[in-house]
Amino acid sequence: MRISMNKTLPLLPESASDIAPEIDLLMLAETAFSIFFTGLIFLVVAYFAIKYRRKSEADTPPHIHGSLMLELAWTFIPFVMILGFFVWGTNVYFRAYSAQPNAMEIFVTGKQWMWKVQHPEGPREINELHVPVGRTLKFTMISEDVLHSYYIPAFRMKKDVLPGRYTYFWITPTKVGSYHLFCAEYCGTQHSGMIGTVHVMEQSEYEKWVSGGDESMTARGEQLFSQYGCVTCHLADGKGRGPSLVGVYNSMVKLQSGVVVKADESYFRESILNPRAKIVEKYQAVMPTFQGQISEEGLLQIIAYIKSLEKEEEGGTPQQ
Amino acid sequence: MSATHEATPPTSELNYLNNGWTWQSWLLTGDHKRIAMLYVISITVFFALGGLFAGAVRLELITPQGDMMDAETYNKMFTMHGVIMVFFFLIPSVPATIGNFLIPIMVGARDLAFPKINLLSWYLYVIGGFCGLYAAAVGGVDTGWTFYTPYSSTYSNSAVIATAMGAFVAGFSSILTGLNFIVTIHKMRAPGMTWGRLPLFVWAHYATSLIQLLGTPVIAITLVLLMLERAFRIGFFDPALGGDPVLFQHLFWFYSHPAVYIMILPGMGVISEIITCFSKKHVFGYHFVAGSSLAIAILGFFVWGHHMFTAGQSTYAGMVFSLITFAVAVPSAVKIFNWTATMYKGSVSYETPMLYAMGFIGLFTIGGVTGVMLATMAIDLHLHDTYFVVAHFHYVMVGGMVMAYMGGMHFWWPKMTGRMYPEHWAKLSAGLVFIGFNLTFFPQFIVGYLGMPRRYHAYPEEFQVFQVLSTAGASVLGVGYLLPLIYFTWSIFKGEKAPPNPYNAKGLEWTVPSPPPTENFRIMPVVNEEVYAYAEQHEEKALV
Amino acid sequence: MSEHAAIAHHHHSEEHVAHQFDNALQQYESGNLGMWLFLLTEVMFFGGMFGAYTIYRAWYPEAFEIASSATNIPLGAFNTVVLIVSSLTMALAVQSAQLGKTKRLVWNIILTMVFGTAFLVVKYFEYSEKIGHHHFPGSSFVWETPAPREVQILFCLYFAMTGMHALHMIVGLGIMTWLLVNAIKGVYGPKYYNPVEVSGLYWHFVDIVWIFLFPMLYLI
Repeated sequence: MRISMNKTLPLLPESASDIAPEIDLLMLAETAFSIFFTGLIFLVVAYFAIKYRRKSEADTPPHIHGSLMLELAWTFIPFVMILGFFVWGTNVYFRAYSAQPNAMEIFVTGKQWMWKVQHPEGPREINELHVPVGRTLKFTMISEDVLHSYYIPAFRMKKDVLPGRYTYFWITPTKVGSYHLFCAEYCGTQHSGMIGTVHVMEQSEYEKWVSGGDESMTARGEQLFSQYGCVTCHLADGKGRGPSLVGVYNSMVKLQSGVVVKADESYFRESILNPRAKIVEKYQAVMPTFQGQISEEGLLQIIAYIKSLEKEEEGGTPQQ
Repeated sequence: MSATHEATPPTSELNYLNNGWTWQSWLLTGDHKRIAMLYVISITVFFALGGLFAGAVRLELITPQGDMMDAETYNKMFTMHGVIMVFFFLIPSVPATIGNFLIPIMVGARDLAFPKINLLSWYLYVIGGFCGLYAAAVGGVDTGWTFYTPYSSTYSNSAVIATAMGAFVAGFSSILTGLNFIVTIHKMRAPGMTWGRLPLFVWAHYATSLIQLLGTPVIAITLVLLMLERAFRIGFFDPALGGDPVLFQHLFWFYSHPAVYIMILPGMGVISEIITCFSKKHVFGYHFVAGSSLAIAILGFFVWGHHMFTAGQSTYAGMVFSLITFAVAVPSAVKIFNWTATMYKGSVSYETPMLYAMGFIGLFTIGGVTGVMLATMAIDLHLHDTYFVVAHFHYVMVGGMVMAYMGGMHFWWPKMTGRMYPEHWAKLSAGLVFIGFNLTFFPQFIVGYLGMPRRYHAYPEEFQVFQVLSTAGASVLGVGYLLPLIYFTWSIFKGEKAPPNPYNAKGLEWTVPSPPPTENFRIMPVVNEEVYAYAEQHEEKALV
Repeated sequence: MSEHAAIAHHHHSEEHVAHQFDNALQQYESGNLGMWLFLLTEVMFFGGMFGAYTIYRAWYPEAFEIASSATNIPLGAFNTVVLIVSSLTMALAVQSAQLGKTKRLVWNIILTMVFGTAFLVVKYFEYSEKIGHHHFPGSSFVWETPAPREVQILFCLYFAMTGMHALHMIVGLGIMTWLLVNAIKGVYGPKYYNPVEVSGLYWHFVDIVWIFLFPMLYLI
C-alpha cells in the first residue's frame, strides 16, 4: 500500500500535524537564504576566476592585505541573519517539544524490531497507530532493549525511545490519512524493518475504533496490581507496609532522606523495579524488586491503574 | 661507488627518497618526510577499503528491497565504511601526510620536535588499522561508527571490542601528531619566522593540534569504558543498573564533534595555500583567516549536543548547543569570504589544485548552510537521523575535505616526489569528482527531507529514484578517485621531473629542491619577508 | 646565526642535543612543553571518568555513600602516603641530576620505584579483597545488605579509575627503569637532565590523580 505523498510539492512529505507547516516554512526560509548565499559565492568565484584569469606570467596583482570594515561586515551581518533563524527555530522547537494540557495519552513500547502501542481505552496495536484528527496527543514511550526513535515524517516529529526511562512528545494531527512510521535510531539487524503506518481518522471513526471492546489499561493494571501482591502492602488507608497510592500521582512525596520528589510515571516505574532507591518517609525498605518480572507494557498498565486511584472522600488527608 | 642501481647518488642529487634503500631506513626512519610517505601509502589503502564498503552500500540501495545481502551484512558495510573513513582516513589525512611533510619545512626546521614520536604515531596508526582489519576479518562490526549503547555494549554480536580497540589505538597516533606539531611550531621556527609570518597551513594545523590534544583523550576513555562494559558486563551505560545510555552519547560526541574540525581545518589550510598561489596574490585578511581557525577550534568544543536534540537531553541545554552551533558557522563563512576576496584582482590560473580549491569553496558552502538548517532545533526534529544529515556531512567531508586533500596532494606532489603528474588526466579526474560527488549526494538532501531515515537496508518504494541517482553518481565519483591512483603511481616512474618551484609559489617549501634533501635545508633559512609576498615577487621581477 | 653553526652537528656528549634541535636550550624547552602537553591530554583522559563519576554521584548520592563504605580506607591512606613520599624521592632525583650527583640520583630513582611497587602490591591485595567479597561488577556482583542497585556503579567506577591509574603507575615504573639504566651509565648531569625532569613531571601527575581518587572513592 503506497502512502500518499504530497502531490503538489513532491519534494515534501505530507504535512499532517499542527507543527508541520511551521517547520516547512522555516525550512523554506532557510533554503532561500542558503540558495541566495551559496549562489552568490558560486557566481562571485566564477566571475573572479574568469575576469581575473591569468593573461601572462608577467601579471602583477596588487598587494591587498585586507579590509577591517569588510571583515566586520561579513562577520556580523551573516551572524545576525542566522541569529534570526535561531530565534525563530527555537521558538518553534519549544512549542513543538513542550508539554501541552489536556492531551490524549498514547503509550508506546519499542523493542527490537517492532512498535507496540497501547491506548488507555484498551486497544493494542503492533506497528500501527490509530489516532483521531484534531486532538492533542501525548506519547509516553520506553524501550525494552536498545535505543529506538519514533519518527513520523508527515508530523515532522521524532523522539528517541530509551531503555530505562520514559520519553515524551506532544503532537496534534491535522489531516486524515495514512502516513509512514519509521524507527529513526539504529537499533540492530532489522532496524529498517521496524516501520509501520499511522492512521489519522475522523473523530467519530476513531471513537468507533477505540471502543473495540478490549480491556482498558486501567483494568489490566488493576489485575496486575493484585496478581503481584501490590494490593497486600499498599492499602488505601496508608496503614499497610507500604504507602497508600490513592491520589499520589503527580503529588510531591517526601522521602526518608528528607528529599521531596514528584510522583510521576518515572517515579512509579523506578519504585517497582528498584524500590530501595527512594523510600517514603516513615516506611521501611521492605518492598521487593520486580525487575525482570513485569514487562514495560505491564508497568504502564499498573501506572495507569495507580493514576486512576482518586481520593473517594472530600477533604481527605493529602499524602505527605 | 658500486655499480648496482642501489648505489648512493652523488651528494648533489641526494634527497630524502634516494638517501638509503634498506627496509630499516624506511621502517625505522626519523625523517618526517619519509614518515609522511609511509602515511600516504597506508591512508590510501584505508581510503580504498572504505570506498569498497561504500560501494557495497550504494549497490544494495539501488533497489528498495534488501535483496543483495542480508540486513546484518548491510549494517556491517555502512558501519565499517564509517569507522574506516572517520578514524583511518579523515582524521589523519592531511596532518599525517602533507602536514608531516611540510610543517618543519614551512617553519624552517630540520625536522619535527620529536622524530621518534612521529614514527611511533605511524606505528600506532598501523596497529590500530590492523585491529580494524582483524575486526573485518572475523565478521565485521554492525553498530554504526557511533557505537551507541546499549546496542554496542550488550546486544550486538559483532567485533565491537576489536573495532573500538582499533579506533582507540589510532587515537593515540592522532594525539602524538598534534603534540609534535604544537611543540615544533612553538619552539623550532627559523629566525625571522614570526607568528605573523606563518603560512595559514601552519595556523590551521596548530588549531587542529589543539583539538587533537584536548578532544581525542575523551573518545579514548569512552571507548575504554565501552570495551570494559562489553568484556566484563559491567554497567556504566546499562539502564538495568542505573547507568545511562545517553551519557555514552555525551562522552562520544564531546570528542566526535570537535573531531570533524580536526578533519576539516587542515583542509582549509590547504585551500589557503592553493588560492594564494594560483591567484598570485597575498591572502585577503590573513589575521582573520588565522584567527578563524582558532575560533572554530574553541567553539567546536561546545556544540556536541546538537547531535542529541531528539535524544532526551534537556531543551534548555539544546538551546545553548544550538546557539553556539550557529556561532561556529561564522568563522567558516569568514574563511570563504576571504578566499573569494583573495581572487579579486588576482592572476588566476586553472591548474588542478586550483580546480579542487574552487570546488571546495562551493561544496563546503553547501555543506555549511545545510549545517545551519540542522542546527535549527525545530528542523532537526524532522531531519535528525535521515539522509539529509548524511548528505550534509558528506558535503563537508567529501565535497570539502577530500577535495582539499586531493588539491593538496596535487599541489605538493612535485615537491614530495620530484615528479609532475599529467595535468590533463588530473583535470579530467577533478571534473569527474565534482560531477560524481554532486550527483551522489544532492539527491540525498531531498530524500532526507521526504523522511527517509539513514542506516536503512530496505526502504519504501517512493524513495527509489533518489537512491538510484545517488548510486549512479557514486560510480562516476569512484572513477574520479581511481584515476589519480593510477596516474600518481605512473608519475613516480615516468612523470616529468619537477623543478623546485613549478608554480612560482611563495613559501619556504618552494625554496628547497623537489624532492627535498633529508635535512630539508642545506643552509638554515633566515626569514625576512612577509608571508605570501607575491607582490614583492612581481616587483623583483619587474626590476630585472 | 652563522651558516657554519647552522649546519654543525652537536657533539657535546654531555648535552646530547638531537639533530633536529639547534641547541640544548631548544631541546630542553621542547621536551618540557611536550611533556606538559601530554599531561594535558591525560587530564582530559581521566577527566572523562571524573565526569561520569560526578554525574552518577549527583544522581545516586545514597547508593554511592553506601558503596564507598566498603572501600578500605586504611589501605587507601597508606597508599596515599606511599605515593606522596615517592614524589618526594622523585623530586630529589631531579635535583640530584641537576647537581650532577649521580649516586644520589640512582638511589632516589630506586627508592621511587620501591614506593611505586609498594603501591601496586597494596592495590593487588585490595583488589583481591574486593573480588573475594563479590564486589567486582558484573554477573558475580553481590551486595549483602539491602541497597539500591546503583551501588554497583560505584564499583564500576572504582575499578575503572583505579585500574587506569594503576596502569599509569606500571608505565611509570617502566620509565623509571629506563631512567635508572641511563643514570647508572652516567648519562645525566647538569648539562643534560631533561629526561629526569619530564619523567618527574609524569610521576607527579600520576600522584596527583591519586590524590583526587582517594577522597572521591574512599572518603566521601
